[in-house]
Amino acid sequence: MTLYRHALNRALDEELANDDNVVIIGEEVAEYDGAYKVTEGLWKKWGDKRVVDAPISEAGFIGMGIGASMLGVRPVMELMFFSFAYVAFDQMINNAACVRYMSGGLINCPIVVRGPANGGTNVGATHSHTPENLFANMPGLKVVVPSTARDAYGLMKSAIRDNDPVYFMENTLLYGDPAAASELPEEEFTLPIGSAEVKRSGTDVSLIAHGRSVLVALEAAKQLKEEKGVDAEVVDLRSIRPLDEETILNSVVKTNRAVLVDENKPFCGVSAQIAATIQQEAFDDLDAPVLRVTSIDAPAIYSPPLEKEQIPNVGRVVEKVMQLG
Amino acid sequence: MPKLSDTMTEGTLLKWLVKVGDSVDVGDPLAEVETDKATMEMVAFDEGTVGALYVKEGTKTALGETLAVLLEEGEQAPEQPPSGGAITVGKEAGEADTGGGDETRGTEIAPNSEQVGGNAARAKASPLARKIATAQNIDLSAITGSGPGGRIVKRDLEGAPAGNAAKQASAGPATKPPAMISPASATAEDQRIELSSMRAIIAERLLASKTQIPHFYLHVEMDAEPLMGLLKQANITAGEKSNKLTINDVILKAAASAAVAEPRVNASFDGNAIIQYANVNLSVAIALDDGLVTPVIRSAQEKSLLEISLEVKDLAQRARSKKLSPDEFSGGTLTVSNLGAYGINSFDAIINPPQAVILSIGGIVKKPIVDSEGQIVAGARMDVGISCDHRVVDGAVGASYLAELKKRIENPASILL
Amino acid sequence: MTTQLADQSNYAQAEINLQLDAEEKIKLMRDMIRIRRFEEVSLKYYNADKMGGFLHLYIGQESIAVGTISLCGENDHIITAYRDHGHALAVGMGMNECMAELFGKATGCSKGKGGSMHFFAPDKNYWGGHGIVAGQTPLGIGLAYGIKYKGLTGSSLCFLGDGAVNQGAFHESLNLAELWDLPVIYIIENNGYSMGTSQKRSSAFKGSLAQRGEAYGIAWESAKGHDIYEVRAKTKAALDRAHQENRPTILELATYRYQGHSVADANAKKYRTPEEIVHHKENFDPLNVWKNQLMQEGVLSEESYRQIDSEAKSEARQAAEFAEQSPYPEIGEITDDVYFEVDKDTEAGNQGRHFFHD
Repeated sequence: MTLYRHALNRALDEELANDDNVVIIGEEVAEYDGAYKVTEGLWKKWGDKRVVDAPISEAGFIGMGIGASMLGVRPVMELMFFSFAYVAFDQMINNAACVRYMSGGLINCPIVVRGPANGGTNVGATHSHTPENLFANMPGLKVVVPSTARDAYGLMKSAIRDNDPVYFMENTLLYGDPAAASELPEEEFTLPIGSAEVKRSGTDVSLIAHGRSVLVALEAAKQLKEEKGVDAEVVDLRSIRPLDEETILNSVVKTNRAVLVDENKPFCGVSAQIAATIQQEAFDDLDAPVLRVTSIDAPAIYSPPLEKEQIPNVGRVVEKVMQLG
Repeated sequence: MPKLSDTMTEGTLLKWLVKVGDSVDVGDPLAEVETDKATMEMVAFDEGTVGALYVKEGTKTALGETLAVLLEEGEQAPEQPPSGGAITVGKEAGEADTGGGDETRGTEIAPNSEQVGGNAARAKASPLARKIATAQNIDLSAITGSGPGGRIVKRDLEGAPAGNAAKQASAGPATKPPAMISPASATAEDQRIELSSMRAIIAERLLASKTQIPHFYLHVEMDAEPLMGLLKQANITAGEKSNKLTINDVILKAAASAAVAEPRVNASFDGNAIIQYANVNLSVAIALDDGLVTPVIRSAQEKSLLEISLEVKDLAQRARSKKLSPDEFSGGTLTVSNLGAYGINSFDAIINPPQAVILSIGGIVKKPIVDSEGQIVAGARMDVGISCDHRVVDGAVGASYLAELKKRIENPASILL
Repeated sequence: MTTQLADQSNYAQAEINLQLDAEEKIKLMRDMIRIRRFEEVSLKYYNADKMGGFLHLYIGQESIAVGTISLCGENDHIITAYRDHGHALAVGMGMNECMAELFGKATGCSKGKGGSMHFFAPDKNYWGGHGIVAGQTPLGIGLAYGIKYKGLTGSSLCFLGDGAVNQGAFHESLNLAELWDLPVIYIIENNGYSMGTSQKRSSAFKGSLAQRGEAYGIAWESAKGHDIYEVRAKTKAALDRAHQENRPTILELATYRYQGHSVADANAKKYRTPEEIVHHKENFDPLNVWKNQLMQEGVLSEESYRQIDSEAKSEARQAAEFAEQSPYPEIGEITDDVYFEVDKDTEAGNQGRHFFHD
């Protein structure tokens, strides 16, 4: 079994080999081997030119990566925490997302910005943001949030090969989680961005989630089956934008009920968009209102036992499903 | 076609009581209409001159369809029933206000299609349930929802009676044919009998009951000797002229009294709650030539045996001549069905929704029994069954009620007062 | 701010300027005149309500774009902020596509999707046209990084205004430029005002803004922006540093804008005196200075100047006509040019929903 972290490492390593234009830039990605060891060994193998330690200067080096990508370099930029994207927001939105449009299609930015975007590690509000909804709000950007090692591997390779900016949100809790580990074949493969996956088939309710919430939903589905006799289907979005609405809607049409599990805050979170889509496209197939399990609506709390309650957990998902009646 | 009963979805215009050119005042009878339960008079809601009668006698008409038009002075009747909705009849029969201005057509003779649709809309139902109901032409208002807050959800419609929802005049999505079991194809010798309103409503309500309510059944055999003895005595005493008590009268009285002792059966399922009724309103199943009605004896627990006896006879008589009013059918909380007179010893009735139980009374049978001394002797026995909605009533509760009933039937003197 | 009276340039004898033949000198003249006439015509049509939004005019600063860009070779790239029309014309973009962009027409350089602040011509090494003050400065080092990464001898000329030097992104960029030896030239076009706030009221500095480069160990230089010879001479030194050493330079060029910050600048004549504007026009107008220079050199006659000017006016008028007659983009085109993969109809572009609707 390959851990999530090692799957990413393998994808980066292979893409460094596949394309000379791929360069990894970020804080502590080279000599330190990565703050979360995702880039471990890559600097040693590929050297200073391909794996570059950046100063703590996100607006500067992310913007630099965007500029370089306009010239055809394919930078893979690490944000030690995706929360730090907020100091590079102008670059990531006004430049990466808009330059193709404002140039009438003359310029494109084949850049990947990756890093962990999750709560649940008791690091307080500044380091616990889940900005997939913010970035997915911006046409021109792609947002990918894998939940397993296999998805992380296949999607990372696609992200690097994609010619649009892809913001790739990982999860510090998944890096070493055996539940997120996968069996990877020897041969290389990619997974398409914009394709959701049914991670568990069921008939009674669709649990729709992304990132670590998928694992929470799977665990909840198990409990629902064993304790309540409810057969839940779990849909992993994998990509927020582009969004695989077809898989979502097929599932809802099948089960007639949906509970969205989303670590975003509820207001304009990813699940808000999914809920809008479901009510618009599958209104007549709904047998109950679309319900959501999101993070409790406050900045991320530090206190460890409380943070467990703040973000979606198995108990809250089971409870919400039972509210469907 | 006005809505004249709670479950009415269409009516048959039996007889016009006015003709074109007649002047009518508010409240004047215009026609006799057969609903699913009774023959009723349709009265004018406004004054005017009858301008046109669009519907022939004997025609079945959906709620909201135009039947006639009343004109104010100088107005002309349109040749066809006004289009653009269920109803645009003369201002006469509709609401008192003609809606203003110089419209040749006044108000509507019946609730319009929107109101009928609105009625369905008032039933809380999931979008999926609505879609299924539309496709299968199911009347949601006849269905009890099992979802949160009483919402009708998909499972409530599985096996629900299709095809009997109101035909709404408004253009809606094309409806699919109802998913029903089809009969073998009819031959020339076979007879095709159109459903009467009553037959259609029986089909719909009992299919809904049998498919949506989890029934279970209990039976107990009762000693009918004391009951027969009591009746013999009472009827001799009373003489020929007065009211003759029947076995059924006593059973009704006993059923009401037992329901006071075991009130958990005098109840209904309401989605997320059970409603336990304060009064025992007994529905009495009365067979008619072309169907079955269940008029109600209200607050039967407060009525004497004689009062019950008189009331049930009156109800039966008027039911047979279809003179019962809609409110005499509504509000029952517990039904008694007695097939003893038809030579039936034992049967299981289908629950009369939304009630929780129905009693199935068999005939009195003479048979050998073992008496208290262990001797085989001749006895008179009566089988009483109860069909229960398991969502409301559990086996022990049903049994408790039957025990209370048995106690009273076997000691009828206890309920005489 | 340079206030010294302009007379014959001391930089005429710089090697890079000695190499100029008469035709090249006249081309510099023509390029500056074309920018000015283009801007004047665009202002006229802005006032006639033919275009929306902002219009930041380059009038008064023409010698900087023309002088610096005249030295650019195959691997030298240009990026600037929102006052970008002059650079666009200097790199060789046509007046038609620029004017049509201002009109919001489908024939515009960005198909009417960018507007005044967002002109681009990557085929001419011109990377825009950026609306956020100093937002282009990290992109500027990105271009330099790309050039260096690909092993090319080139540079990135990243223009910014005097207001941009106070943005954090600029300082992060300076640090990275020096830290990683990036061939970037930051050209501060110092027109004295960041919108309505004078340099003195907005920036802490001693002597010059470029001097801030000293903190990072970056070579810096300041120059009189109205003198195209001096602009070229000092740009050449910076280019050499970039090409030969992969090292950055900050070049601060003193200049002046005659118009407001943008056409929407209601106080264009309140935060400075009319006399100040007249003073610059009379003494430091880059077109006059260069015209006089070339006439003194005997390269240009009054008649040939008038002819160049008349051609430029006519070209600008025709561009406006072209823009007026051009169609607006179709509503269906609103969602074009958002994703490369969707525009090119690739497999990736057909996976999942890229665009959402109400």
